[in-house]
Amino acid sequence: MQAGVAVLEANLHRERLEPVQAGAEAVSEKRSLPGVVQRYGSLLAIAAVVVFFSIVNENFLSYDNLADILRSISIVTLVAIGVTFSLIVGGFDLSVGSAVSVSTVLSASLMVWYRQELLVAVLVPLLFGLVIGLVNSFLVVKVRIPDILATLVTLYIFQGIHLSYTHGYSIYNNMPLTDGSIAPGIMIPSFLYIGQGKLWGIPVPVVIMGLVVIAVHIFLSYTKHGRFLYVTGGNSEAARLSGIPVNRYRTLAYLLSAFFASLGGIVLAARIGTGQVMAGSPLLMDAVAASFIGFSILGQGKPNALGTFCGAILMGVLMNGLTMMNVPYYAQDIVKGVVLAAALAVTYLPKLRKTA
Amino acid sequence: MSAPVLDMIQIRKQYGGVDALRGVDFSVRGGEVHAILGANGAGKSTLMKILSGAEEASGGTISVNGEPVLISSPRDAKRAGIHLVQQEVDTGLVPYLSVAENICLDSQAARGNFWFSPRQNAREAARVLARCGFTLPLHEKVENLTLAEKQLVLIARAMSQEVRFVIFDEPTAPLSLTETEALFALIGHLKAAGIGIVYISHRLPEVFRIADRISVLRDGQKVLEGDTSSLRMEQVVTAMLGKSFDEEFPKETTVIGDLLYEVRDLRAGRKVKRFDVKLHAGEVVAVVGLVGAGKTEVSRLLFGADRRESGRFFLEGKEIRCQTPQEAVEQGIVLVPEERRLQGILVEESVKDNLTLADLRRYTAGGFIRAGAERSAAESLVKRLGIKTAGLWQAVGRLSGGNQQKVAIGKWLLTDAKVYLFDEPTKGVDVGAKSDIFRLINRLEAEGKGVLYFSSEIDEAMGIADRLVVMENGRLVKEWVRADWTEGGVTAETIMYYASGGGSVGSESA
Repeated sequence: MQAGVAVLEANLHRERLEPVQAGAEAVSEKRSLPGVVQRYGSLLAIAAVVVFFSIVNENFLSYDNLADILRSISIVTLVAIGVTFSLIVGGFDLSVGSAVSVSTVLSASLMVWYRQELLVAVLVPLLFGLVIGLVNSFLVVKVRIPDILATLVTLYIFQGIHLSYTHGYSIYNNMPLTDGSIAPGIMIPSFLYIGQGKLWGIPVPVVIMGLVVIAVHIFLSYTKHGRFLYVTGGNSEAARLSGIPVNRYRTLAYLLSAFFASLGGIVLAARIGTGQVMAGSPLLMDAVAASFIGFSILGQGKPNALGTFCGAILMGVLMNGLTMMNVPYYAQDIVKGVVLAAALAVTYLPKLRKTA
Repeated sequence: MSAPVLDMIQIRKQYGGVDALRGVDFSVRGGEVHAILGANGAGKSTLMKILSGAEEASGGTISVNGEPVLISSPRDAKRAGIHLVQQEVDTGLVPYLSVAENICLDSQAARGNFWFSPRQNAREAARVLARCGFTLPLHEKVENLTLAEKQLVLIARAMSQEVRFVIFDEPTAPLSLTETEALFALIGHLKAAGIGIVYISHRLPEVFRIADRISVLRDGQKVLEGDTSSLRMEQVVTAMLGKSFDEEFPKETTVIGDLLYEVRDLRAGRKVKRFDVKLHAGEVVAVVGLVGAGKTEVSRLLFGADRRESGRFFLEGKEIRCQTPQEAVEQGIVLVPEERRLQGILVEESVKDNLTLADLRRYTAGGFIRAGAERSAAESLVKRLGIKTAGLWQAVGRLSGGNQQKVAIGKWLLTDAKVYLFDEPTKGVDVGAKSDIFRLINRLEAEGKGVLYFSSEIDEAMGIADRLVVMENGRLVKEWVRADWTEGGVTAETIMYYASGGGSVGSESA
């Protein structure tokens, strides 16, 4: 262990003394093969997967199927955008899956149990999402629990809350209630439009996803707040010593993370037309994978909205193609895991090499 | 058994083309204390890192009793009987293990038995402690010990194996007076047992008290070696400093204005026992002290980066809060920190982003960054500071140390700062960039800003300062104005004498 510490110190020391040389290394890295893989890896992977599936299956490239892929990834993308915010400030939000589940059953129950209208069914889940974000940022920023552990805790807490709220049952039209009566409301059409409708021939979820991706990209790249979020994650001590309120930006990141997860939950409820319990859990893995694949898009090397979108596309294309090839859904998790491992390897391997 | 002899011959070390050590000879015999002295960056720690296996030399040989040994890892060093007692005792210990387990950590690692017997472990630790003559609670967790006790654990661990040489790296830095006495007694004990001791310290009085031999390093070379009895303190100080700084400092004297900034009764822990200062407009006050004197801590407290126990700050006659860096910046107090790459700049971000970071508000409209305004502001700063960069989009981490420092300073120049705090601004900076930095400080002075210049480079501080205060062990111990050293006969040696704790010794003998 002592040796480890000593080596670490030696490396720190070296890095401090040799900025110029380290720079030279980094430049040559970009031209080398691993550099290319890191820079264009995700895009190449998407292209390769698309080519492969279009050869194997002639229906793959049809408009309907492509629209299908986009619709299928729209919810994951929304959640992944949230995760991206938490990654940008150097954190990690594991609770997004639970936030999706909460928001799904909340919006469904408001309509089915309490006969509420569209506005309430949308706004209440979004507000509750902000509550989840506040709890996360309280634990991370104020109590100083490490990000992963804090959000692991809230993952379970809010999972429990949404199961308690529904007594473990999914919510659907005309469902029997515990007192023997039938639920008074239904999932109203204006709400279902969010998940099932079309705008100018494009599925509404795809429109929402597109708007969110573009808005977040602009926010991150062209505003002061976007830059301060990145700076906070890049080196929070240096940012703090530059007079930037880093805790406020970390809080903002967790609020946005939960907010977009909740938005995803609303779209999910509208898409399937019921309030499925535990609907968000499988989305966590996909969202995390999409964000990490996105790291390397165009050599950004940091979490970014367009990258996350590309990551979601890669995952969506893979799942769609595998389904067409009749790979059972339970085996698809294996593929997802392997893809994420590959993406992480591309992100982290060169760093390992640099310090070795 | 004859006393072992350790020889380091013509040791060389380069870091990316820069010579840290250029052919240093060093030896220590069993039963002797050999002290190494030197200013910051002289090569002391590098030499000891090589000896303890933390780093490999670029050239030279190490031999024990005349037989060459190859040391390329801490394990090799321990096998040769060379043990290091780290300056940062916490890095060597596992806080949640007991004293006994920590003592036997090395021997456990060396033996590698599958089974672990707490009872046998405790017996072994007790035996080691008895041999050293220490009394430590065997089953106490190390995290509950005082710093001095932790140091004893480290020493005991070294003694648990075959030990022929022990390196102490600034061992008294964290210790109180009585703890220091106990340490000296222990060193005497080790000496008597025939163990060779390498002693690194900044503090002259204690070196003269316990060392048998003294070597002084400067710029990676040994410039002085001799028996303690044959050396005088002044001689050692002169050797440490080298020839006085003959470089041209572009110091321009400006009219010193009204009282700008005042700090009263600043305290925080054992590092900052008391700090008061008054700073006038157009004045540079240098706070000089050795590493560990508390300068960095003070600079961070003034900037609101750490929490203070007491202390009131006044800016232009009004008391200010200054609890966070954000508040400090808003009031016009800015810090250029010592740990540049970790705290001063964002190494992965571009020159442009770094330069406009602290005052990005100015280049935004409705939250959106005005790219043109931002770019031209950054461009003019690059020109004004003479930052050598391939372009505005170059990552700052790829610039040379001096240019990185210019960026770290440059980011504050666009704010309306009134008080500039510089913590070791010339550390790791080449000569050209250094004089650029001094010129810049002169300019701030001319603009009526106040500058607090924290440094352990005495010559440089004398070059730039209008007033100079010496900090030692968390307190201010001496103050001079510029005329005192330009005309009054105060020399770098005098200042070094006070900075290394000589003030207290001097008053005794006087």
